[in-house]
Amino acid sequence: MAQAHTPKFKNPVVNWIDSRLPIFTMLDHEYNQYPMPRNVNYLWAFGAIAMVMLIVMILTGLFLAMQYAANTQVAFESVERIMRDVNYGWLLRYVHANGASMFFIAVYIHMFRGLYYGSYKAPREILWILGVIILLVMMATGFMGYVLPWGQMSFWGATVITNLFSAFPIIGDPIVTWLWGGFSVDNPTLNRFFALHFLLPFVLFALVILHTAALHVSGSNNPLGIDPKGPQDTVPFNPYVTIKDGFAVVVFFIFFAAFVFFAPNYLGHPDNYIPANPLVTPAHIVPEWYFLPFYAILRAIPDKLGGVLAMFGAIAVLAVLPWLDTSKVRSTKFRPIYRIFFWLLALDALLLGYAGAMPAEGLWLWLARLGTAYYFFHFLILLPVLGKLERPLPLPASISEAVLKPKEKA
Amino acid sequence: MRALKSAILSAAFALGLAGAAQAAEGVHIPSQDWSHDGVFGTIDKPSAQRGFQVYKEVCAACHSMHLVPIRTLAGIGFTEDELKALAAGYEVQAGPNDEGEMFMRPGIPADRFPSPFPNDNAARASNGGALPPDLSLMAKARVGGENYIYAFLTGFEDPPEGVNLMPGMNYNKYFPGHQVGMPNVLVPDGVTYSDGTAATVEQQAHDVSVFLTFAAEPHLDARKQMGVKVILFLIVLAGLMYAVKRRLWSTIH
Repeated sequence: MAQAHTPKFKNPVVNWIDSRLPIFTMLDHEYNQYPMPRNVNYLWAFGAIAMVMLIVMILTGLFLAMQYAANTQVAFESVERIMRDVNYGWLLRYVHANGASMFFIAVYIHMFRGLYYGSYKAPREILWILGVIILLVMMATGFMGYVLPWGQMSFWGATVITNLFSAFPIIGDPIVTWLWGGFSVDNPTLNRFFALHFLLPFVLFALVILHTAALHVSGSNNPLGIDPKGPQDTVPFNPYVTIKDGFAVVVFFIFFAAFVFFAPNYLGHPDNYIPANPLVTPAHIVPEWYFLPFYAILRAIPDKLGGVLAMFGAIAVLAVLPWLDTSKVRSTKFRPIYRIFFWLLALDALLLGYAGAMPAEGLWLWLARLGTAYYFFHFLILLPVLGKLERPLPLPASISEAVLKPKEKA
Repeated sequence: MRALKSAILSAAFALGLAGAAQAAEGVHIPSQDWSHDGVFGTIDKPSAQRGFQVYKEVCAACHSMHLVPIRTLAGIGFTEDELKALAAGYEVQAGPNDEGEMFMRPGIPADRFPSPFPNDNAARASNGGALPPDLSLMAKARVGGENYIYAFLTGFEDPPEGVNLMPGMNYNKYFPGHQVGMPNVLVPDGVTYSDGTAATVEQQAHDVSVFLTFAAEPHLDARKQMGVKVILFLIVLAGLMYAVKRRLWSTIH
């Protein structure tokens, strides 16, 4: 076997290593030669952007963890020390706090891209499911990270969210006590949340590697949703997609920097600059913006257990999406009726997000209920039925034909 | 005319109260002009220095600011000698000494601003049961930020007809719920500014809001200045990358 391997790198050291551990061959194969459909648009850059954001979060988080103290007596003050006295501590913390929002923005766009172009359909089901698991782990990580500054929203957010588990009959209350490590959100809770908040990003990293590995088996989807038929339909990943993704990352960083430097607290809540106080409940307990659509679903159901199940169901339904959508056509470009409902779902997500930020009463409660009903209708009823009824537009014969034809006319 | 005006005002307040009852934080906080607004904004240092004087002579009687070290004031133009002199004016508890006793010593710039009360219970006992909140982060800890501080400090007035204040409470049109333990503390010429600025209530409220913005975010100026450089750099980098991308992709079409 070893003899079968012919040296292909100019650097003899690289060759020596590669013939014993073929990491360079693997990298060359996956990130240099990897054939990318030539017609992908900039929406395909959000996977790379999300990956870069994960690395930004791990690096800033590592240095914050060196200064932060996970103890209810000093946590709030240690964050203020980072903001005031640690060299560029304010920059680290604002990059990390806003980075969480940016990570979610990138991932949500990445998911809606997958929804629009049918990237979840065969043979990419496991790729998509890994993505849903990544979202779940991200949510857990983001939630626990928000608890660490130990402000009012940290404390009360943690109380509300952990209390959700008490909705389950019999096992509910013991689970909550076990999560807290006591009989209320307190120092043991903060300690374990810090430990988990440090651990989960590395779990995320491993999941992202699996996600990428699964992607490189099936290959990337593209705006037409048809498989590449040969080299004329693809470009090598490097340099064509590296430069395109790199450009997109830099543009995204401009957006990111605008928040970090000019509106660093815009996405946060003022109450989190008040130290946690178990005796004073804030007027409105609202989670971070990226949880708002799910928070709206939780509150839309009048029953506590029902609300919790609906909220988790909203994510679970995504995991089985590859089998709910019965249409064989991937790209929404060729599904004129589904296209309308796709945008309706996007509007629905925005409506739920807005309703989640409003007090759960009156008009907003009813809009949240309407939004929740549509969300589940869309996935559970519309997608299976529409796939059977809809007559898709004719698909082009190949990517190169579809891409190059208009050019020849021009 | 005056009767008409007060009738309109009280109707507006009744509506305002109904709104507040509905949304709890429904009062509109008017925005002021701040020199630190916007991309190129910086803290108005003379104003922040005057604001510190208001804090020291008025607010600090009841409010702590225990997250802010005295040396932070270097950021609004205090020299090292001024900081040492200022700090020495405070008595700070230190110890225990070799005999195991706590003792008082003059402050140094590295000390944080001493709190007026030894603990929250003492603060409540001296303030009719109400706890004066710590001011270190006030400009970031309220919806509206420094605009809220300004509005609150200028928002004390007689309660509208039909509103019964609880004993010891004061009416403030911008405070959520309108009844607040803190009395109106800013009076014209309540402080004497050394730079000759007329100490109107509005001027004092403005200055102390600027100071508290600085106290909550001492690196505000550095942050905005770095942001301008970072974004300019990113725009140039994005332009270069776009040019390279165009050139590369033009070879395959």
